[in-house]
This record gives sequence, structure tokens and C-alpha cells, in this order.
Amino acid sequence: MADKRSAPADIRQWAEAQAASDVLPVRHSALVRITHWIVVLSFLGLLVSGVEILISHPRFYWGENGNVLTPALFQLPIPSSRVLVQTGYGYVLPDQNGWSRYLHFQTAWLLVLTGFVYLIAGFVSGHLRQHLLPRGSDASWLALWRSMAAHLRFERPSAADAWSYNLLQRVTYLIVIFALFPLMLWTGLAMSPAFTAAFPASVEWLGGRQTARTLHFFAAVSLVLFFIVHVGMVWFAGFRSRTRAMITGRTHTPLEGA
Amino acid sequence: MTDLTRRRLITAGVAGATALAGLGAGAFLARKYGLIPPDHGGLWGAGETLNYASYKLITRHSLAREFTRSEISARPVANEIAPPSEAYLKLQAGGFADWPLTIDGLVDRPGAYSLAQIKSYPSRTQITQLACEEGWSYVAEWTGVPLSYVLDAAGVQPHAKYVVYFSIERDWWDSIDMGDALHPQTFLTYGMNGADLPVGNGGPLRMRVPRQLGYKSVKFVTRLAVTDNLKSFGKGLGSASPEGGYAWYAGI
Repeated sequence: MADKRSAPADIRQWAEAQAASDVLPVRHSALVRITHWIVVLSFLGLLVSGVEILISHPRFYWGENGNVLTPALFQLPIPSSRVLVQTGYGYVLPDQNGWSRYLHFQTAWLLVLTGFVYLIAGFVSGHLRQHLLPRGSDASWLALWRSMAAHLRFERPSAADAWSYNLLQRVTYLIVIFALFPLMLWTGLAMSPAFTAAFPASVEWLGGRQTARTLHFFAAVSLVLFFIVHVGMVWFAGFRSRTRAMITGRTHTPLEGA
Repeated sequence: MTDLTRRRLITAGVAGATALAGLGAGAFLARKYGLIPPDHGGLWGAGETLNYASYKLITRHSLAREFTRSEISARPVANEIAPPSEAYLKLQAGGFADWPLTIDGLVDRPGAYSLAQIKSYPSRTQITQLACEEGWSYVAEWTGVPLSYVLDAAGVQPHAKYVVYFSIERDWWDSIDMGDALHPQTFLTYGMNGADLPVGNGGPLRMRVPRQLGYKSVKFVTRLAVTDNLKSFGKGLGSASPEGGYAWYAGI
């Protein structure tokens, strides 16, 4: 809902009232701000270490097993940090898997624990219901289509939009929080020989260890795409004010683009 | 306003003290129940301790997944290894007839056991997956003797906590706790897919720890040391892996 006229009246009124007052209003709660930045740090830590681990075997397979003696589903056209992998490059990168694996799992713990705090607090405080669940009037494919069309036309967000997530934002955040991150965790654990000893179904439902690894990669690519679009949209909506709002919780009104 | 500040201060103080007490109690219990890995110090200690403690709590009675014969990989990968040492080549020239396995430390009957002796123990097979930390994997049928059988034969003393195992090759050794050492799938293996264990896969004698990644399954094993303290081995981090930057616990 980038169109000002279509912003719900209550939000518009509230935004105008906020704008009229001298005190800077709160845009994001402390819970959202703190967990947001911990997730940013964790995501970057997991991404860097994940890429480093991937470089040691940039081949992907489907099913239970796969290695340099079996055909690959696909291979990334990058050099590798292992001699055994035929890459077409005349050199082998240095092995970075030691610290990468340490960093990957320690950061995963931080992310999972932060995620738990966010979900529990977000559920209790009503944050998930009020700010992420689409509003009743918005819960239709037509509304979602209109929201996507408005984004594709690069319409400037309205003042009201700065005070609430629009429909496409809500749906995207819900997918990231309730589908992509859980899928990352699941496919990651399905690669652990210890975890799958305790919970064999975790890998068998997926169709095998190598399928889990390939899905882990695709889910990671999806998260990177989200990250790029997300930062792009923040830029588009006003990088300084939106970033300030996510750090201090407050921002001057009206926001850019209004 | 002063009241509010004071109340906040007291609340924060109580919360902080509770958190500290909780951490202290957690550390005490973790130490008591052996949930702390030998490489728990330093930057990555928190993550490693959480990994290993979860492993100890969740997988105590779990078996690594086993597969059917039809799921055995056509060609098991022999990962890259350094050129064999002279000591290895000499034993290989003799058909490994003199391959030594010494057992020392907290056992009633320390000494030299031969490969023939190990092979004379009742053999077992398992069809399990070898998964490398790099991401690749294969399934093979492994033949060997459960490590618990060998430890029983040597008479492990009750206060033993870890089994340290050494490759004939330099700077290649690792250790597992007694839970893993006595686990029914932890094998000293000498056969693969119905034949002798190939050199590239660790022959003539390889440790198999199937609930952990491949690097825990050290190749060319010649010595077992049973201990209650890992501090006296190498840099005291439990294995050569942390000295090379890799985690001691390799279940993930």
C-alpha cells in the first residue's frame, strides 16, 4: 500500500498526530531493534563462514551421498580450497574451514537463541499479531497483488507507510521468519551425524544428507536475495531515517518521500 | 523520577545477580556431568561447549543411521593424505603382519597387541555413512571389532574418562570420551565392503566414530591411550584438530 489514499484511516490519523507532537515517536520497540541487529551480525557471520565452508567443496548433489567420484547436480564455477575438487582453476585456495566451522556454529547458536527470545516476546507483546500478520482487510490475493504492483512501479512510500509495515513487507518478513530461517536450521542440523543419530527423520524426510545440503544452499541464496532487496528498499525509503529508527527507535517525521 | 531510577537499578541488579548465579550453577553442573569439551577456552568456547553439551544430552543412547547393502556407495572416496612415512611403508612391505597396536594408560593389561590379535576378536560389520566436514559423503560397509571389546580385553579402569588414539603418521591423533569409546558403533576397522581396508581409506586399521564427521575417524591407528586427563596430550586440547584450528567435537 504505497498509495496514501489507500492507507488505513487509523494509521494515517495516528501518524499525523505523531507528526504534530514535539516528542519523537517510537517506531520500533527495543525488542525489535536489539534482536534485529543481533540477527544482522549473526547473518553476516553465518554467510561469511558458510561461503568459506562451501569453497572446500563447491559441488552439489541430490539424495543421500555425493563426492568427487559421483556426478554433481551442479558445480559452482569457483576455485576450491581442496586439491581433490576439479575446478578448472590452476590453484587451490587456503583452507579456512577450521575457524569458519567454529564461527558458523557459535553464530548459529546466537541466532537461534535470539530467534527464540524474539518469537516468545513478539508473541506475548502482540508484535507479531499487530505488525506482521496482514490486517484483516489486507488478507487477500488482490491486496497482495496491488502491493506488489505498487512496489514494482517504485511508488514512493507514503507517510503512513513509514509507521507500519505494508502488506508485501509483512508477507516477506513472515516468510523469512517462519519459513527460511527454520529451513536453514533444519537443513543445517540434518547434516549433523550426531543430530541425525538422535532424530533420523530429520534427514530422511528431506531425502538424504546431500539433499539437505543442497536445500541449505538454496535457502541461503534466498536469504541473501532478501538481504539485498531489504537493504535496497531501506535505501529507497530513506536510508538515514530508517536506519536511525532501527537504532534509536525514533525518527523525525515526516519521513522522506512523504 | 529518582524512584523510577532506583527501582530500575534494583531490578537490573537482581536480574544480573540471578544471571550470574545461573551461569555459575550451569558451569558447575556441566563440569560435573562432563559436558565441557577440552577445547572450551578462547573465542569459540561458548559455541563449542553448547555443541558438545547438546550432543551429550541428546544423543546418549542414539545410534548413527545404518543403511542397507543396496545403499552402499559404488566407489568410496579416499581423501587426500600426506605421502606415507617410512615407518608405514616398511610395515606395508611386510603385508602389515607386524602392524602394532599398543594400549597404555588406565588399563590393567597394557601392552602391544598385534593386528592379527585384533582380527581374532569377534568381528562386527556396520553399514554407515562417512560424512566429511567439507560436505561430501559416502556409505560403506565397515568390518572391525567394537572398541569396547578391545578396551574390555585390556581392562579399562573405572576412573578412565577418555580414549586417545594415535595414527602412525606424525601429528595425527584424536580422542573421544568414554561414552563414545564404549558406544556399540565405535569400531577399530580393518575391512571395507568385504575386502581389506584400502590404504587410502585408512588401512590397515582405522578408528570409526560414525556419530561424528570423518576427521574423527583417524587413519592408520597404532596406539590407544586411556586417560582421565587430556591435558598431558599435545597442547591439552584433546586432539591435533584444535591445534590445527578445527574443533575437537565433530558431531556437527
